[in-house]
Amino acid sequence: MDKTALASALGSPSAFGQSQFALTRGNAFEAKVKADGGAELLRLVRGHLDPGAEAAERAAVPDLSAIGPEGRTARTALALREAGEAGGWTLLDHPMLALEVAGSPAFLEPDAVVVHPDGSWTVVEIKSFPMLDGSADPAKVGAAARQAAVYVLALEAVAARLDPSPRVRHDVLLVCPKDFSNLPTASAVDVRKQRAVTARQLDRLTRIEEIAGTLPAGTCFAPDLPAEQLTAAVEAVPATYAPDCLSACELAFHCRQRSRAADEVTALGRAVRAELGGLTTVEDVLSAARGESGDPADPAVAALRRAAALRAEALQGAACP
Amino acid sequence: MSLITTLARLEAVSTGVAQPAATVRHRHLSGQPLVFVPLTTSGEAGAPLGALVGTDRDAPRLLVVPQPRDRDLRFAFLAELADVVLPYLDSYAGSVEAAERTETDPETGKRVKVEVELCADAPQLIVPGRAGIEYVRLLGRSMRFRRTAEQDPEAPYPAPPRVPLLGRWLTHFGERARVPGSSLLLAMTDLLSRHWATGQSGIEDQHLGALLAWIDPPRGSTGAAAARTAELARDTDGQLVCPPAGPATDPAFDNKLLAPAFERYDRARTALAGAEDGLQADTRLGILTAAEREIRDLVASRTRPTWDAVWRGLDLLHRLPEGARVEERWTRDRWSFTGHRDRVLAGEPPQPRRDDAVTAANKLATREREQARLDAQEALDDPLVMAGRRLSGEAFAGEVLDVVMAYGEGKRPSPRPLVTVRTEDRPQLAEGAKTYRSLGGKPQSMEFVGQEAAGVVVLRVLDKMGRGKEPEPGSVPEKGDRFTLTLFEHEQRGGAKLPDPEATPWTHGGPPGEGVPEPADAMTQEDVL
Repeated sequence: MDKTALASALGSPSAFGQSQFALTRGNAFEAKVKADGGAELLRLVRGHLDPGAEAAERAAVPDLSAIGPEGRTARTALALREAGEAGGWTLLDHPMLALEVAGSPAFLEPDAVVVHPDGSWTVVEIKSFPMLDGSADPAKVGAAARQAAVYVLALEAVAARLDPSPRVRHDVLLVCPKDFSNLPTASAVDVRKQRAVTARQLDRLTRIEEIAGTLPAGTCFAPDLPAEQLTAAVEAVPATYAPDCLSACELAFHCRQRSRAADEVTALGRAVRAELGGLTTVEDVLSAARGESGDPADPAVAALRRAAALRAEALQGAACP
Repeated sequence: MSLITTLARLEAVSTGVAQPAATVRHRHLSGQPLVFVPLTTSGEAGAPLGALVGTDRDAPRLLVVPQPRDRDLRFAFLAELADVVLPYLDSYAGSVEAAERTETDPETGKRVKVEVELCADAPQLIVPGRAGIEYVRLLGRSMRFRRTAEQDPEAPYPAPPRVPLLGRWLTHFGERARVPGSSLLLAMTDLLSRHWATGQSGIEDQHLGALLAWIDPPRGSTGAAAARTAELARDTDGQLVCPPAGPATDPAFDNKLLAPAFERYDRARTALAGAEDGLQADTRLGILTAAEREIRDLVASRTRPTWDAVWRGLDLLHRLPEGARVEERWTRDRWSFTGHRDRVLAGEPPQPRRDDAVTAANKLATREREQARLDAQEALDDPLVMAGRRLSGEAFAGEVLDVVMAYGEGKRPSPRPLVTVRTEDRPQLAEGAKTYRSLGGKPQSMEFVGQEAAGVVVLRVLDKMGRGKEPEPGSVPEKGDRFTLTLFEHEQRGGAKLPDPEATPWTHGGPPGEGVPEPADAMTQEDVL
């Protein structure tokens, strides 16, 4: 489903987009890293993750083209098996992996997967943000690690179907431009934690069929439907908006609007919600603070009233010193 | 975020306009700040696109890089920036006052007072948002290791003379900005969200336009509606009405307006280079100038709204009275500025890429100490902040019910009066816990003795009563006095002294050794795409 188009049709277009400058630069950097049959990339993998292995002068770079995502996934799985049998280094450029998300397959395309001479597999993420004096923006590294963790999970599923099952390395290689140059440098990132978190979240996801089962028959999200019909359809799917959604989801502005209209306190952040106990709407909280509603024995209500009294006292004192 | 701030945010949601989060201004504002609104080229590290900079709100200086991938144009931009920023810094470096500092005498090892210079005032840089502070650091890092032709005649692509110096200063400002409560380099979004609580989340407060809309909504609009317009409204061309405060630009702007303008500029430049005679060159130069003009206009159109917003924010902040202890923190900023001025004058090398262990530990200790100082001072300056501390049981306000004179058990009896205080707050007092009240700006400590009844505590006054047997007048609370006592200390003591870098223990990498001059970043063909 195209959520960007859906968001625009709902009247709350998403603010995501990519500058063509960033895109050009990112592509050029990736091409440079993978140039010469991936010689530079394999040198980085060997240097950072597998210094004891044979020099990676020659590596197999199998052709992974096939028709459709299913075809490419099958081709990738075959290439991985063959690489293990052949030994030596193999570079898989833009392989395709499938991962089951909430009961339906999602197709993923890592930048590269490297098969080591010992048969183990490494995920490579190529990013165009700089590694300045050996360190990069932690927020961006975190995002890259979470992304790579999903690829590791998908690779593990492929590995589990092989016999003997090869090892998927939990250290992924993050390749970035060095300082202000366009020369690649790399760092091994341990994604065990992100892998575990993602695996748990994927396990806990409600299956799509179950969500679909709760929807009224005939619910349709086609962006060319009239806005009211579309809003009703989106409303039918439960969503819990929090400000963190703004950086992740195309529909966040729509959900924010609904959340604000419903007077929910979570629109101010999850932490706010946690402080306020059972009070979930702004009006509830304010009336409890004013002493018009709420149970004074409830610790959340009592704390609110004290906070309101202290705040009023401080503001009054400031107004007439 | 304390419950009091949460409450303020919820009130803002319900009233539609931001609510006060402070009753005084907690940061120093210079009478003549240098406002800096930079834009960067997306995808490329340290490739500025342009900036508005200056101290006069009506006459900002517009600096533009018509082709950010061109190294010469980039250097020209940085040189122009240095021409604006360095004279501004120099104007503060000149006027000094005498001050004293305690230093360890290298021969005797004793602490002695030495007479030193302290700059009478310090410069102040204001950027629109937190990303702007990071960008100042990045620019500083990209410039400070560059070599000028004078320093190194062999270096390829020598930097213009004052660029490395500007890099060192920007690095210093960026480093200082990490010290809590410092005011040499400030982000407008941080300043505003410190003093007002809006009806949106902290993430959304990073948007300068939306933040201002909440604090000072246009006539006839609520803050919420105005903030939404500032965030999302686009004109018929698909461009944001309120452009992002940068340094990153909106992708729609990059793709739709900037990229074609760059292309026209590049074409005009190639055409000029290929001109066959003077007449043709003149015509083509005209086209090139027009193309450059177009990019300048584009950059101006994206930075000017932010420039105006920053000044509007400054106006709003100037309406708040300055907190009593802000001046004292600003003096620390003046020391920091003077210190770096002296290091530059002494010909010390630029700040290294990585700090040695002792310097890093010192920086960390400073930040921790300044954070504690800031927390204490803000609470003492501002009843609204103190209310938060009272709510969390770290302070309490009360009225004196009774004072009983008592004396200490030492050889010379010294006054240790017992004070009974009634409070409605719930301080988390343990036996023997110390509390402090502000007495003429100095902290007076009192020890918790016991609780008489619910909300009635007995305290023993410990100091600030003079040397005599009888306490000095006014130094002991009297019946009916009202004051606030804190469980946290008002003044911060420095931690244990760290060894000199030359004496770094082996556990921390050992002495850093002779400082070797840091090499400049290597220039490669691939630097610029």
